[in-house]
Amino acid sequence: MSIIIDKVNYIYGQGTAYEKHALRDINLKIEDGQFIGIIGHTGSGKSTLIQHLNGLLKATSGAIYVNGEDIYDKDYKMSKLRTQVGLVFQYPEHQLFETTIFDDVCFGPMNQGLSKDEAGLRAFEALRAVGLPEELYDQSPFDLSGGQKRRVAIAGVLAMKPQVLVLDEPTAGLDPKGRDEILDQIADIHKKTNSTVVLVSHSMEDVARYVDRIIVMNRGSVMFDDTPTEVFRHYKELEQIGLAAPQVTYLMHELREKGYPVSCDATTVEEAKEELLKLFGKDRVSR
Amino acid sequence: MIRDITIGQYYPAKSPIHALDPRVKLFGTFVFLISVFAYKGIVGFAVVTLFLALLIGLSKVPFRFMVKGLKAIMILMLITGVFNLFLTPGEVIWQIWKLKLTKEGIAAAIRMTIRLTYLILGTSLMTLTTTPNQLTDGLEKALKPLNKIHVPVHEIAMMMSIALRFIPILIEETDKIMKAQMARGANFDEGNVIQKAKALIPLLVPLFVSAFRRANDLALAMEARCYQGGDGRTKMKPLVYTSLDARAYVVLVAYLVFLIALRVVLPF
Amino acid sequence: MIKAKNLVHEYIRRDEEGNVESIQTALDHVNIHIKPGSFVAILGHNGSGKSTLAKHLNVLLSPTEGSLWVDGKDTADADKLWEIRQTAGMVFQNPDNQIIATVVEEDVGFGPENIGVPTDEIWKRVEDSLRAVGMLEYRSHSPNKLSGGQKQRVAIAGVVAMQPKCIVLDEPTAMLDPVGRREVLRTVKELNRTKGVTIILITHYMEEVVDADYVYVMDSGSVAMEGTPREIFSRVDTLKLHRMDVPQVTLLAHELKKEGLDIPDGILTREELVKALERLSNKG
Repeated sequence: MSIIIDKVNYIYGQGTAYEKHALRDINLKIEDGQFIGIIGHTGSGKSTLIQHLNGLLKATSGAIYVNGEDIYDKDYKMSKLRTQVGLVFQYPEHQLFETTIFDDVCFGPMNQGLSKDEAGLRAFEALRAVGLPEELYDQSPFDLSGGQKRRVAIAGVLAMKPQVLVLDEPTAGLDPKGRDEILDQIADIHKKTNSTVVLVSHSMEDVARYVDRIIVMNRGSVMFDDTPTEVFRHYKELEQIGLAAPQVTYLMHELREKGYPVSCDATTVEEAKEELLKLFGKDRVSR
Repeated sequence: MIRDITIGQYYPAKSPIHALDPRVKLFGTFVFLISVFAYKGIVGFAVVTLFLALLIGLSKVPFRFMVKGLKAIMILMLITGVFNLFLTPGEVIWQIWKLKLTKEGIAAAIRMTIRLTYLILGTSLMTLTTTPNQLTDGLEKALKPLNKIHVPVHEIAMMMSIALRFIPILIEETDKIMKAQMARGANFDEGNVIQKAKALIPLLVPLFVSAFRRANDLALAMEARCYQGGDGRTKMKPLVYTSLDARAYVVLVAYLVFLIALRVVLPF
Repeated sequence: MIKAKNLVHEYIRRDEEGNVESIQTALDHVNIHIKPGSFVAILGHNGSGKSTLAKHLNVLLSPTEGSLWVDGKDTADADKLWEIRQTAGMVFQNPDNQIIATVVEEDVGFGPENIGVPTDEIWKRVEDSLRAVGMLEYRSHSPNKLSGGQKQRVAIAGVVAMQPKCIVLDEPTAMLDPVGRREVLRTVKELNRTKGVTIILITHYMEEVVDADYVYVMDSGSVAMEGTPREIFSRVDTLKLHRMDVPQVTLLAHELKKEGLDIPDGILTREELVKALERLSNKG
């Protein structure tokens, strides 16, 4: 499912004292099956942008086409879009409301008009995909730990079987292991269902490890849109807007400045390790 | 819509009205409200108008800012206006079906609209020039005597100021939860009354859970900062009367006396 | 400054008739010792008991068993409650839920008001504390308009204004973006350096721990590891066992060492790794 964002502008509180130009001339094309990271500091417009993807916010100007259809056309069904683009908000566990975990996950599919059985089947699948132990399904979501609650909330969106899954800071506030588990599960879902995944994050390290395309937002505009390696080449510019490249990127640049012939493309620990072993390892190529 | 209501909003500026003690302003608002309902005749109206205009001028709050507050109660004013127009008995000018438009009705409608407008302007003038904290401080101090009959004045004031701090946070939170549930296909606009009420559950449950969580956190944070009720507390900004406040009291009393005298002497 | 001896805390859940339904041991014989003026980090995954420990330091909870002394005062002593709360100030995770007033300076003044500081002195303290966290120019702002990092600095100022000897920060950066995180950390370190305030930072961000004097790692209610950051980070595999992580460079150094490279344990910064690699290439 492709999404085309064409010259989208969004202005908050137009005509009031609080007017804010949150998005400026955004042009993006999101292709089928991509794993995309959106990074930017607080207030850069990334949260505003993703709310346009499922029609929660309507662009002040510009157009958005989903599968070639103009979503602002008066005949276009917004409810259909919402089931195609699943949006998981920040701290999604704050939306849980049902008496049991299972019922909560069924909420989305039921709203889609599915029968009780079908919805239950979907909920079952989704809860399994996020790795929640089956014996918990009948418990109240409010008794779970923070990490488990978050998984239930993510399952609540997964159960709607969206073709595009958008997650806003899915790891905020989790401990390192919890963070890795959730990100691994998201990557797994991406691989298994071949759905498009858009991950909004502050953490370069997280993004670099999983995604194949990074969109950097700054002051409501797209600053960079490329592969992680290419984006992190601009680590100095990233720093100026309050972001930073992964630690290893800095390391490689530093080594290079000191005259070591390393490539600066490494963005993850694994890549850096391979690159450094070439130079410093036992079986290094003699210089 | 919620954002349009200027009552309860503060407009920062340096003016003699801002500098007044909140107790004076509370008293002043009270006096003004009495005067709005007590005046009679065109002269009285002129005096009240002049007094209000003077205060607004002194406060340095832009007039358009004050008018914005009126927009929110426009419907209320229209309804009372219409009621007054058609339901006041008297000399009939025009009649359709059972509705009679009377001369007295027109007069009453005009009077009522003016009174309501002035009422809102007067109270918004107070809230616009007084921070919520000053207001609660003022109330706490003014109501202090009630402590003797075991009214927990300090606690009430503390609750008010905490409520004022958390209202914007909870409004934002409502918006966020609503969007999140809409992303899960919830529909808040369609259906009949029962369906609509049912649709609110996914919004209200998380909102209450969140409010309780915040309350819990806040209670802990207050305890950690040694809060133990009103006893033994000092004030960072204690209320102290200045000569300005004394003069204001005199002016207010004089205004009220003058207006009442006017009502007796010149009842037209 | 702080000493815990066999500290135990049990959360007891009771049913409606008051019978014990379940007992959950959140702290299981914890022993810690924190020197005055030091910067100590407590690490641990969610649910490891680190927040429960923090609440004990401020007597928001009291020991089920064992003892805890804060600045020589036993936390089980009810008479010392307010003294201890004043000695050990506390900053919480959610910046929104710990700011009480609608104006920044009034919030900072809240603590001193509670302990009966005279008005003139409150003003002085408020000004000093706001300056110490770099928020003086925002003194008359509404907290609602501030960024997360700024709100957290206001919360810190609110604690500083009570002139505590020790500040406990319970995951103060968990809800912040990288910029806010840096702001808060810089402020905390500055307070430790210039004012000699003992800092106890509870966190699960490894990068924040690198500069600490001493680190405790908690797991299932007890202290699982302790030592200097270098000692802790040289045991990458043990840390992973406790659901913890290490900074990227530390992990990289560890991985390279596993491949047989001669790199010392517990590399903490980029500079250290660059140096180790340089030495390696000079030798070869």
